[in-house]
Order: sequence, then structure tokens, then C-alpha cells
Amino acid sequence: MTLLPLALRSLWNRRATALLTLLSVGLSVALLVGVESLRQGARASFERTITGTDLIVGARSGQLNLLLYAVFRVGDATNNITWPSYQAVAGRPDVAWTVPLSLGDSHRGFRVLGTTTDYFTHYRYGDGKSLTLAEGKPFADLFDAVIGAEVARTLGYTVGQEIVLSHGIGSVSFAEHSDRPFRVSGILAPTGTPVDRTVHVSLPAIEAIHVGWETGTRLSTSTSPSVDDLRHMELQPKQITAFLVGLKTRAAALRVQRAVNTYAEEPLLAIIPGVALSQLWSVLGVAEQALTAVAVFVVGVGLLGILISMLTSLNERRREMAVLRAIGARPWHVFALLVSESTLLALVGSTLGVTALHLGLLAGGSALEALAGLALLTPGPGLFDLAVIGGVTLAAALIGAVPAWRAYRVAVADGLSVQV
Amino acid sequence: MTDRVLDLAELRFAWKGGPVLLDIPALSLDRGERLFLRGPSGSGKSTLLGLVCGVLPPQAGRITVLGRDLATLSGAGRDALRAAEMGVVFQMFNLLPYLSVLANVTLPCRFSAERRRRAVAAGGSPEAEARRLLQRLGLHDPRLAEAPVRALSVGQQQRVAMARALIGDPALIVADEPTSALDSDARDAFLDLLLGEVGRSGASLLFVSHDLGLAGHFDRSADIRALNRAAAPATGLPAGMPVAGETP
Repeated sequence: MTLLPLALRSLWNRRATALLTLLSVGLSVALLVGVESLRQGARASFERTITGTDLIVGARSGQLNLLLYAVFRVGDATNNITWPSYQAVAGRPDVAWTVPLSLGDSHRGFRVLGTTTDYFTHYRYGDGKSLTLAEGKPFADLFDAVIGAEVARTLGYTVGQEIVLSHGIGSVSFAEHSDRPFRVSGILAPTGTPVDRTVHVSLPAIEAIHVGWETGTRLSTSTSPSVDDLRHMELQPKQITAFLVGLKTRAAALRVQRAVNTYAEEPLLAIIPGVALSQLWSVLGVAEQALTAVAVFVVGVGLLGILISMLTSLNERRREMAVLRAIGARPWHVFALLVSESTLLALVGSTLGVTALHLGLLAGGSALEALAGLALLTPGPGLFDLAVIGGVTLAAALIGAVPAWRAYRVAVADGLSVQV
Repeated sequence: MTDRVLDLAELRFAWKGGPVLLDIPALSLDRGERLFLRGPSGSGKSTLLGLVCGVLPPQAGRITVLGRDLATLSGAGRDALRAAEMGVVFQMFNLLPYLSVLANVTLPCRFSAERRRRAVAAGGSPEAEARRLLQRLGLHDPRLAEAPVRALSVGQQQRVAMARALIGDPALIVADEPTSALDSDARDAFLDLLLGEVGRSGASLLFVSHDLGLAGHFDRSADIRALNRAAAPATGLPAGMPVAGETP
């Protein structure tokens, strides 16, 4: 191939422009690949917000509604479920474990989850990672609270901090459980899941703070029992919001789900978290597609940069074309020279972009995971990157045909003498 | 016939929609012959050279280069013939600015295997042959071969262009006003070198210039206006300017 070295030398001669073009192609490709990596990572993180749990059971409503309030702490349960119903499901022979969840209170905008210490052993996310404490211990005392990483970071809490829970879920509440303050006993390590934004207390604690609130608001202080009294009270919950179910065999999931959904005593709903998460993601997927579309357009702009730089250089290169023709170059040589220039620019530019992005992810990926809990699926270059490089290069070859065709016609018309 | 390097007969040419620009009954060039063709700008010389070099497709009449009728060759065939058998020197800007002097000189060997073969036969390799030619043309400094073209004076650039036209021994050297950008000393030196090298290689030389003062150095001289039966174009545009910017 005689033209490739010529194209390389010609580009090197215009290296300032060529470098800028490479930069714009590289950046746009890095953006596209970056968006795609984050998208995949976000999707994977999202779909693995909760793993290891075979079913989530709540009062009968919608699948997404149950998923949103039980896992994402968004929205409210329309109904609670009674303790006997919970025990009926928990007692089934194919059920390995259950974790009750009780929602409805909040602390400065963060949801409070009443549960048992089993939650910390059975809640799994990502590749089956379990929750770990960054500091302190799980709750032992009635008024202990374990807070998520984001709660601790946002509110600046450390172990030992006294906190007051609010009745209801507004960020500013006028009904505070100020008579029964909690103490932060532990802070969880970041997970990138809604756990980070949750204040965990024990199930009896939820009961305890609501003693005397049976009417929905606090009765006069004189009638409500003291904190010490509460420690000695029987705080058996009468109802909970939802519960997580782990089965002895995953194959039983559909059978148990059907059994729960047809439970005669009370209208219940069981969902399979993975299925519900995928369904929810497909709702959110529109935004994700918009992001990809923007990134694709940016790559288009990068390619346009190649076209512009080549078209503007064309007039000053007419002499070059005439010299090549005089030496015996055919018009298609001129055409191929220009196409190979745009192709080279795109190939080198997109390869640089992909390489830079992956080096960046390699360097910053763990920080990203710690900060946002976003585990990037593909740390190394994959098929997608090759497809992007190939696609961008092919597109540049096609785009290069525009200036190349003009140069071809000029080369044919000019012949040996340049008419300027 | 083989001794005829160039033979024109009843050549007629007009740009699309334009008047007949060239009407030349006969023009020939023998092997080793050096012809001075006087042609001021506007005389149709660029068009004539375009036809001889096979860049413009012939319309009527016959142009034979080394016994091959250009009208029977395809565009690619004419390009190949030009690559193998012709060396062209322009008035200026002969060189590709992004290549070194050496790469510029060896450029024809990239486009013609024939030129490359002959250059290798003569010098061992295209690069060695290029260095030898540069040496003979007075560009002695070996560092010059690697220098960028911009670093050279116009006179040096014209000699590099000459070396490029000569490499691989093409049968016909076409020079289009190669000395008009040079001062008189450089012009004489250039002409001496060109004629000497053409004499040494046995190539024919078609030298076009408006400067009649150079005609004495050549075997034969002719005036394009005397050869051309077509009337000068009525427009003020120089002849050879394609009106539509496109070949027919």
C-alpha cells in the first residue's frame, strides 16, 4: 500500500489540526463508552440491589409498589400485614428464613426500618455481598439504631450520637418521638443500595416508640410509659409492613409465591425481587436510552469535526493533488488518500478515547464503587469497545468520501495545472 | 516508430461548450530530442501538456506516446503510462511539503513498478539512486536529503523536482516553465543541468516557456501559436481554463 504512508505524513504535516481532530473524536468516543459502561454498571447495580432474597411479601397492592416501599423506601404501603399471617408464611416447611420489615417512621428525611438482626445477615446485594459495619455494633439495646453510610455522611453522625425519630415520613415532622431518643450503635459500610439511606432499629423499638400513639398522635406524656417501663414491656408487634423470604430451594419460589398470593386469611402479595427489579428498570430505561442517544450524537459531532477539517484543508491541497497526478497517481488514488486520512483519524482517535477511558476506569473505578456503589461490570475493553471503534472508523470512512469525492473531481478537472 | 517518443497528428481539443482551443496538424519528438516550445500564457499550452501527459482525455486526432495511442488507453492506462514514462517539472510548488527531499524524489517509484525497477537497476535502490541524482544536480550536502522541503530555496526545490522527474529513466521529460521562478544565474545553471541529464539518460525533452531567450539551448524550437490553427479565444481568460470546471 503506497498511500497509507503518504496519508500519515500528510496528517503529520498538519499535526496541530490533526491532533485537535483526534482529541474531539477521542473525547466523544470516551464519552460514549463511558456512558455505556456507567449504564451497564448502573443497571447491574440496580438489578442487584437485593439478591439472595427469593420473595418479598407485603399487603396486596402492585408489584412495583411493593418493591418501591420495601426495597427502595419510596412511597408507602397501602396496608400492613398481620403478625399471624407473617408467622403462617414463615412457618412453611420450604421457607428457610424470613426477615420482617416495619416502615412508617423517619429521621430527618431518612426512612426508619424496623427489623431484626437477621436483616444484616440475610440482606444481600451485588454479587451476594452482605452488609458490613464500618463502625460500631448491630443494635443490642431497645433504643439502638444502625444507620446507613449516606445517613452518617449527610448528617455527620458517629457512633454514640443520640437521634430522635419522627412519626411519619416527611423530612420536617411535627410529631417527633422526642421522649424516646435512640443512640447510634453502628454505621454500615457503603453499598450503593437504599440501605445507605436507611436508619435501622429493632422491631420491638418500633413498637416501643408507638406505645401511647395508638390514636395516631401522642397522648399526654403522663399516660405514656417511661423508657425504663418500656424495656420491661412485652413488645410483640401486631403488624408489620412486609417481609423478606429466603427459601430452602430456589425452585420452590413459584410455588410459595402462589401459596402466598392465594392466602385466604388476608390479601397478600409475594414478588420475586429480580423479576420486579427488571420490570422497574425497564420503566427507568427511557432516561438511560436518552443518555445513550446524546452520547451517540456527540460522537456524530466528533465525526463532523473530521469532515470540517478535511473540507477546509482541501483548497490549499489542490497543488498537492496536481503534483500527485503528475507523478502518475490516478484520481482514485487521490480519493483513497483522503478516505484513508479520515479513517486513520477516526481509528486512532477512537482507540485513544477507549484506551483513555479504560485507564481512567481502572484508576478511578474502585473510588466510584466506594462512592456511588456503582460496580462497573467490564473493567477491561470488551466487544462493545471494539464495535464502537469499528463503527466510528467505518462512519469516518464514509464521511471521508465527501471531501474525497470533491478532491477526486478537482483532481480530474485540474489535471496538472491548478486553477485557483 | 519506436524512435518517436511523441507524435501528434490532427489534434483538436475544445473544453465542453467552448470554442476549439487546439488544432495542431502535427508535432513530434524523437528519442533524445530536445524541443523548445514557446507558449505565452493563454496560448493553450497547459491544455496541450495535459493532453500529452494523458491527464486530459483526447477528443479528436491522434496522440501517440512511445507508439501507444492515448485514445485507445483508458484513463488508468494513461495514468500508468505517465507514471512509468514521463517526468514532469512545473514552474513551482513541485514538491509535497510533508515529505522529505528524498521521499519526494523517490515518489514516482511508489506509483510505477517500472520506474522503481529501473531506479534499482541504476542505483541499487530508489533511495540510493535519488541520492546519486541529487549529488549530480549539485545538492551535495547529504543532510539535505532528509531535510523538509520548506528548508530549501526555490532553486534547490526546482533541482529536487528535476531529480524526481529523472529518477527511473522515463522516456519523456515535460517541463512547464521550470525556470520562470528562478533568477538568471539559477536559470542558466538549472538549464545546463537539465540538458546535461537528459542527454545522459537519452530521454526526450519537451520544454515549454514564454522566454524565447532559452531557445538557443535546444535542438529545435517551435511556437505553439504557429502550430495551432485554432483562433485565440475571444474571452480574456487564459486558454486552458475549463469553463465549467470539469472535463467533458
